[in-house]
Amino acid sequence: MTTMQVLFLFFAAIILGSAIKVVTTKKMIHAAFWLVVALFGIAALYAMLNAGFLAMVQIVVYVGAIAILFIFAVMLTRKELLDKGAALNNNKTIAALISLVFFGGLLLLLTNWSGFTKMAPDLPEGDMVAKLGEALVTPNAYLLPFEVASVLLLAALIGAVYVANEARSE
Amino acid sequence: MNSIPISWYLVLSAGLFSIGLFGVLARKNAVAILLGIELMLNAVNINLVTFWRYNNPADVTGQVFAIIVFAVAAAEVAVGLALVISIYRKRDTVMAEDINLMKW
Amino acid sequence: MEFWYDPITTIFNSLLATFTGWGMSEIAATVLIYAITILLFVTFAMVLDIFLVWIERKVVARFQDRLGPNRLGPFGIFQPFADIVKLLIKEDITPVGADVIMFNLAPIFSMMSVLLLWAILPFAPKMVGVDLNVAMLYLVAAGSIGTLSVIMAGWASNNKYATMGAFRTVAQMISYEIPMVAAILVVVVLSGTMGAVGIVEAQEGIPFIFYAPLTALIFLISAIAELGRSPFDLNEAESEIVAGFHTEYTGMKFGLFYAGELLHSFTFGGFIALLFFGGHRFFGLENLGPIVGAIIFILKAIFFYWVIMWVKYTVPRIRVDHMLAFNWKFLTPLAFILLMVTALVGRLLMDSLWLVPALFLSNIFVGWMTVLYLKSHERKTREAEEAKSAPVVQH
Repeated sequence: MTTMQVLFLFFAAIILGSAIKVVTTKKMIHAAFWLVVALFGIAALYAMLNAGFLAMVQIVVYVGAIAILFIFAVMLTRKELLDKGAALNNNKTIAALISLVFFGGLLLLLTNWSGFTKMAPDLPEGDMVAKLGEALVTPNAYLLPFEVASVLLLAALIGAVYVANEARSE
Repeated sequence: MNSIPISWYLVLSAGLFSIGLFGVLARKNAVAILLGIELMLNAVNINLVTFWRYNNPADVTGQVFAIIVFAVAAAEVAVGLALVISIYRKRDTVMAEDINLMKW
Repeated sequence: MEFWYDPITTIFNSLLATFTGWGMSEIAATVLIYAITILLFVTFAMVLDIFLVWIERKVVARFQDRLGPNRLGPFGIFQPFADIVKLLIKEDITPVGADVIMFNLAPIFSMMSVLLLWAILPFAPKMVGVDLNVAMLYLVAAGSIGTLSVIMAGWASNNKYATMGAFRTVAQMISYEIPMVAAILVVVVLSGTMGAVGIVEAQEGIPFIFYAPLTALIFLISAIAELGRSPFDLNEAESEIVAGFHTEYTGMKFGLFYAGELLHSFTFGGFIALLFFGGHRFFGLENLGPIVGAIIFILKAIFFYWVIMWVKYTVPRIRVDHMLAFNWKFLTPLAFILLMVTALVGRLLMDSLWLVPALFLSNIFVGWMTVLYLKSHERKTREAEEAKSAPVVQH
C-alpha cells in the first residue's frame, strides 16, 4: 500500500458512500448536500490524476453553481420542511437489480479487457493548462466543440429563464 | 507516484454510474432524479480523465471532453430544474409518478 | 545570511535534519513539518484576525467621529480579547427544528473558505504556501465554498429571516462572481499565467493598476459584494431581516462568521495588492529580503482592507433589485468589454513601449464612454417619465 493507494481508497469510500446517501436519503436537501460531498471527492480524484485545472473547474462549476442550483430548487419545491413519504418508488427492487446487473456487466467487460491493469505513463513536460487552453481555441483542434458548447449554454440560459418565468406562465 | 492501476478508477466510475442509475430509476422526486443524472455524468467524467491520464497524457483530448461535459451538465441542470419548478407551480407536485398527464 | 534571504527553506531544512536525527523517516518528518507549518500559519491568521477586530472598531469609530475602544490597554488594543471572552461564555443555543449537523458545520465552512485562500497568498518570493498553476481558479473555488456555508447556515437555522438572508447572499455572490472572474481574467491575460507567484513576477516593472485601472475598480466593487459588506450588505441588513443568515447563531459560532468576514476582507485586500499593486514590491525596498517583502505585503493588504472599510462606513445600503441590475446591466458587460479591449490592445502592441500608455488610455476611454452612455440613457428615461406625467399635471 503506497500513500497514493490509501488516498485513493479514502476518496473512493467518500464518493461511493455519499453517492449512496444521495440516492437513498429521505430529506431532499440532505441529498443535495451529500452530492456536494461526492463532488468534492471527485475533484480530489482529478487532482490525483494530475488534472488540477479540472479539479478546480469541478469545484467552481459543480459545487459553486450546479449544487447551489439544486439546493435552490429543493427549497423552492418543498411544501414543508420535512419531506414525508417514502423516498423510493415501488420499482426500487427492480431498479436495484438492474443497477447491479449493469455494474456486473461492466465489471465483466472490464476484466476481459487486456489493458485492465495498465499503470499510468509519466506525464510529459510542459504546462498542461497552457496546452489545454491552446487546444480549445485552435481551429484544427477543439474550437468548434468549444463554440458549440458556449452556444448551448446560451440557449440553456434563455430556455431556463423562459420556462421558469412566473409572470408569463399564467 | 503512479502506483494505482487503471482498474481502480474504472471500477469506481462503474460503481458511481450504477448508483446514479439506481437513483434515476428508483427515486420519486424529480429533483432527485436529476441528482442521479449528475452522478452518472460525473462517473463518465472520471472515465474520460482516467483514460486521458493512462493512455495519452501528451494529448489533451480527454480533458477537453470533460470540459464539454461540464458545460452540458450545467445546461442540463438549468433547463431541467426550470422545468421542475414550472411543473411545481402548475401542478403543485414534484413527484415523478404524479406527473402523468401525457401517460396512457 | 542564508536565513535572511530564504527563511522558509532554511527552517525547513534544519527541522528536517533535527527530526531525522531523532530517528524519524524522511516522509514522516516532512508530513510533520508541513502539519506544524499549517498550524502556525493558521494561528498567525487567527491572531491577525484578533488584531483586525481592533482595527475595524477603531476605524469605524473614527469614521463616525467617536473614539472607539480606549479603555483596555494602550489605545484599547486588548478590547478584542474581552470580546472573545464574552463570546466564549455566552450560552450556545441551537434553535428547535434546526438541522444540528449542518447548523454547526456552516460556521466552520465559512472560516475554512477564508483560510483556504491563505494557501496561495504569496507574501514574498519563496514565502508562499503552494504555487498552484491554477491559483486564480482556486480563489473562485474557495469563494464557492463560502457561498455554500451561507446557504447551509440559512437553511439549517429553520428561520425565515435566515433563509431570506441566505437567498439574498447566494444571488449576490453568484452574480458578482462573474465580473470578478472577468477582472481576474484581464490580469491573467496581461501576465500570461494563472499562478499567483507568476502574476507578482509579471509586475516586475510596472504594477497592473497602470495597465488596467478600471478593472481594478471592478475587482474592488465585486470583491466588496463577495464579502457582503456595505453597500452590498443585504444578506445581513439589520433594518430588514434581523441579521440575515446568522440570525440564530450565538457565542463563538457567530464569532466564527464575524471573524471570517473580517479575515476575508483582509485577504481580499491582499488579493487586490497582489493582482494590481505588485504584491510585495515597494520601490525597491523588497530587495532587503523576503521578510521585509512580507511586511510590505501585509501593510498593503491592511491598506486595501482600510479602503474596503472606508467604502463600508461611507456608502448606504443599496436595494436588492438595484444590486442585481447594477451587476447584470452594468458591471458584467463593462468587465467583458474591458477584457476584450485588453486582449486586443495587448495583442496589437505586444512587447511595445506604448503598451502601458495605450492600455491606460483605452481604459480611460472605455470609462468615459460608459459615463456618456449612462448620462444619455438617464436623460432619455427622465424625459420619457416627464412626458408621461406632464399632461396629468396640466390637467
